[in-house]
Parts: sequence; C-alpha cells; structure tokens
Amino acid sequence: MTQLLVQTTNLTKRYGPRAVVDHVGLQVRRGEVYGFLGPNGAGKTTTLRMLLGLVRASSGTARVLGAAPGAPAALARIGMLVESPAFYPYLSGRDNLRVFARYASVPVATVDEVLETVGLADRAKDRASSYSLGMKQRLGVAAALLKDPELLILDEPTNGLDPAGMADMRTLIRRLGTGGRTVLLSSHLLGEVQQVCDRVGVIAEGRLLRQATVGELRGHGSLRVAAEPLHQARAVAERLLGVERVAVHDGALLLDVDDAQAPRVNRELVLAGVAVRSLGRAERSLEEIFFEMTASAQGAA
Amino acid sequence: MIASFLAELTKLARRPATWLVVGVWLTLSLLFGYVFPYFSYRGTPSGPNAGANLGERVLSEALPAALVPAAIQGLPLFAGALALLLGVLATGGEYGWDTVKILLTMGPGRLSVLAGKLLALSLVMLLVVCATFIVDGAASLLVASITDKPVHWPPIGALVTGLGAGWLVVGMWCLAGAFLGILVRGTALGVGIGLVWALAVENLLRIFGSIVEVVDVVQRFMPGTNAGALAAALGVPVQGQPGGTPGVTDVVGGTSAALVLAAYLAVFVAASAVLIRRRDIA
Repeated sequence: MTQLLVQTTNLTKRYGPRAVVDHVGLQVRRGEVYGFLGPNGAGKTTTLRMLLGLVRASSGTARVLGAAPGAPAALARIGMLVESPAFYPYLSGRDNLRVFARYASVPVATVDEVLETVGLADRAKDRASSYSLGMKQRLGVAAALLKDPELLILDEPTNGLDPAGMADMRTLIRRLGTGGRTVLLSSHLLGEVQQVCDRVGVIAEGRLLRQATVGELRGHGSLRVAAEPLHQARAVAERLLGVERVAVHDGALLLDVDDAQAPRVNRELVLAGVAVRSLGRAERSLEEIFFEMTASAQGAA
Repeated sequence: MIASFLAELTKLARRPATWLVVGVWLTLSLLFGYVFPYFSYRGTPSGPNAGANLGERVLSEALPAALVPAAIQGLPLFAGALALLLGVLATGGEYGWDTVKILLTMGPGRLSVLAGKLLALSLVMLLVVCATFIVDGAASLLVASITDKPVHWPPIGALVTGLGAGWLVVGMWCLAGAFLGILVRGTALGVGIGLVWALAVENLLRIFGSIVEVVDVVQRFMPGTNAGALAAALGVPVQGQPGGTPGVTDVVGGTSAALVLAAYLAVFVAASAVLIRRRDIA
C-alpha cells in the first residue's frame, strides 16, 4: 500500500517565461490532513490542478495514488473542490449531485448520504443557484465526497465564508480527515492550517519553501526570561547552556531549551543574584515563521 | 462513456434552454410549413411571387404527400442555427459554470466525457428531427382534412431518408456548435461566431458565388451550402425559385452534399477531441 498518496518531484508549470509553480516536491502521507499554505497567487491552485490532471506540468513528475495525474483509476479515488464550487444552476442541489454521481458511476443512494454529511439535506430540493455562498461551498464538498475518496483535495474551502461558516467548514474538514481519509487542503490562512492540519507545506512565488509538521515549523519555542540585570543574566545563561542557545530579544533572554530546564535555569539565575521577573514559553506563531520564510526566500532570490 | 452519456442526457433533459430551443424549432417548422401556406391558400396571395395557382401550389407543399420536404425545409436554416445554439450551450456552458473541472475529475477520461456528450447531443438531434416529422405530419393531416384534400403519405423509404438527411444536417450544425463552445470555452462568443457564419457569411458566399468563380468553388464546400443542397435533393424548392426556401441550393448534388456533411461532422468531432485532450483546464 502506498504510504505517500501524493508525491511530486521538481513539478513545474511555466506560462511563457514565468514559472508559476517552480520545482515543487510535495509529499502527502496516507491518513494526514496536509495544509498547503501560501499567499494568493503563490501557485497553490495550479499545483492542485496539476495533481488532478486538469493542468499539464511543464516539467517534473507527479504521482497521485500511485498513478499519473488524471488517470481514471486514480481519479476514481480522489474527491476535489478546486477554487470555487461548480454546479448547474438550473438543477437542485440533489440533482446536481445525481448528475455528478452518474459521471462517477457511484450509486445514487450516495447522494443523500453526502448531503447529510455536509448538512444540506433539508435544502437539497432547492435550486443550487438559490444557495448562499456557504451552502454552495458545502455542496462542493458534498460533490467531492461522492466517491468516498481516499484523497480529498480542497482548495481554499473557506474562501469567502463568514466566521461561522468558516468554523463549520473547518470542523467538517477535521471530521472528514478522520477514519483513514487523507485531506490535502490549500489555504492562505495560517490560523486555519494551524487548527486543521497535521503537516504543512509552505509555498510562495511558486516555490515550496518548507514541508513539516505544524509543531516542527513552529519549533519547540524558547524559554523567555525577563531578569535584571540583563547582562549578568545573559552571562549566567551562556555559562549554563552555551552561547549558541542564548539570545536577547525585546529586553529579555530567549533560551533555546525545553520546559524541563526552566526550574534549573531559574535556580542558577537566582543563586547568581539575578532578579527573575518572569519566566515562560515564547512560541512563535505560524504567521511569524511564514513571513520569516517568505522574506528569506525573497532575500535569497 | 455510457456513464457520461447518461449524465449528459439527464442534463439536456432537465435544462430549460433545451426545451425552449426545441419549442421554438417546432413552432417555426409549423408556422413556415403549415400555418403560412394554409393562409396563403385561403387568402388572396399578393406580392412579387403572386400568380395563378400559387395558392394551390403552396398548399400542396403542406399536404401529407409533401411531408419530407416540408419537415426538412427549415433544417438548413433556422433549425440548423438552433441546433448550433444547443451545441454551444451544451459544451460552452460547462466552461461558463466551471463544471468542466468536475466532469474531468469525476473518473471517466477526457475523451470518454466528450464522447458521452457528443453522443447525447446526436441522440437529442435525432429525437427532435423525429418530433418535427411527427408534429408536421399531424399538421399536414389537419390541413388535408380542413381543405378536403386527399391524404397520401410518402413511402416509408422516403421518410427514413428524410429523417436521416435531416439528422445529418442538424447533427452537423449541433456538433459544429459543440466544437465552437469548446474552442472559445464559453457560450456567448461561440453562439455569436456560429450564427454569423451560418446566417450571414454562408448567404453572402452564395450571393457572390453566382458572380465570382472562386467564391462559387469555395461555397460548394461550405457546411451551409451542403446542408441546403441535401434538402434540395429531397425536394425542397431552392432559394430564388417561386416558393423557394432560403438557404436551400442545388449547386451540389445530394450524395456529395451528404458526404461533405458527414466529413464536417467527423472534423468537428476530431477537432473537439484534440482540444479537450490537449488543453489545460485552468
């Protein structure tokens, strides 16, 4: 059984001289909720479209569920909602799904199941064109679920939703990600990825900057110590932990140690006559990390 | 492909635009084939073509014996344009609503999705041509009974040839529309280009064809000319003659017209397949 459901190597898409996706090497593991994070225009949608076989890569390779992108055998096990939900406005929500079910050769009974899953059963008879944005988005997710897919590809599923709609959608995605299903979710919202995803790939200007778990990306954080006098505290900390693990930021020490070390650090500082005002974890938000990464990528370019 | 075909039929059947187009089609066929001829017969014909026995002659075209030419006379012109419209709506709509990305990721391969769509359109065209014959047949029976004329139905062979020829004409226009919808990835531009071609350009070519030799040669290979020629071969009076039908011409023989139409049909299918297969859905 393939453990990597999505694997790309140097995947590149050029429009003219401009590479909108530039040597991307993406790995999505079975069973995880993978966040594909990047600002608008970073190349997320184009990458996802390449994985679905909608857009042909200029160079590089991609394997999705062990097959080439767009291969019918793989498509039969993938559900997708790319960019915006699409449907026939003259059909009801249920009839839209019935038509899609026909294409996918899945039993029509599945339609009512997925309508139930996304909470649209009571409005299924209404024309899809009369749906609110949130309902359209849920109809899109329902269409993606028709095949009971192993891999669910969702492109910015909370785009344009109000806060309540966003929260509902995130809960739904998290729920869909259980029971062995793999979800590949793209987003430009860091908080969303942080809430929903197990692992994250950060993309900017077409390049995949980093791929890691949310925890790894954020690092284990550091121990922030506010103490006086600062220079003396720093000397004690450097002696105790080594110069490379001590930094000064915003009038406080940032120590690269885990929580278990906190009592020891505190004791040493106090014994050395330093007044410790506060001591706690300083965690970087994904946002800070993201901007750091994009800034350094732009600096390197 | 069967999955796509069935899905496509469902969509066509549930789409209000399909019924609107078919309704307009049958109404126009009745108006020009039966209502106007009947009133020409009842009233006093006046106008450039008015003359002795014109009323009788026009009426004879609305009787059961003339069912084949009456039912297919409108196909090269207005029904062809409506078929083209339906074709563009069926393919261009998928791009307009962005549902093309769903169809192409639901499971069936791209060519299978396209084949299902084109087959469904072809079947709908066949059904509409059959409906035209049935509705027109009923109208001709009505005309015969209220004018006390004898009822002579055309032989089965002629009816089948008429159905086949009619289907070839509108099928060709419909798949031309389907191709245009794919080419421009939308409906409005495809319908515009298609109608300008079918209704304006082909007519202009026909006008200049009688004056400029090169244009005459070119027009003999045009889809509209051959559609009109096939209708003429089955007894529809040609444009320019008294009681003639616009768009109907005898510059090309019937068999050759049928072959050219079949070739166009094949070209539109192949060109659509190439576009669907090769192009990105971005």
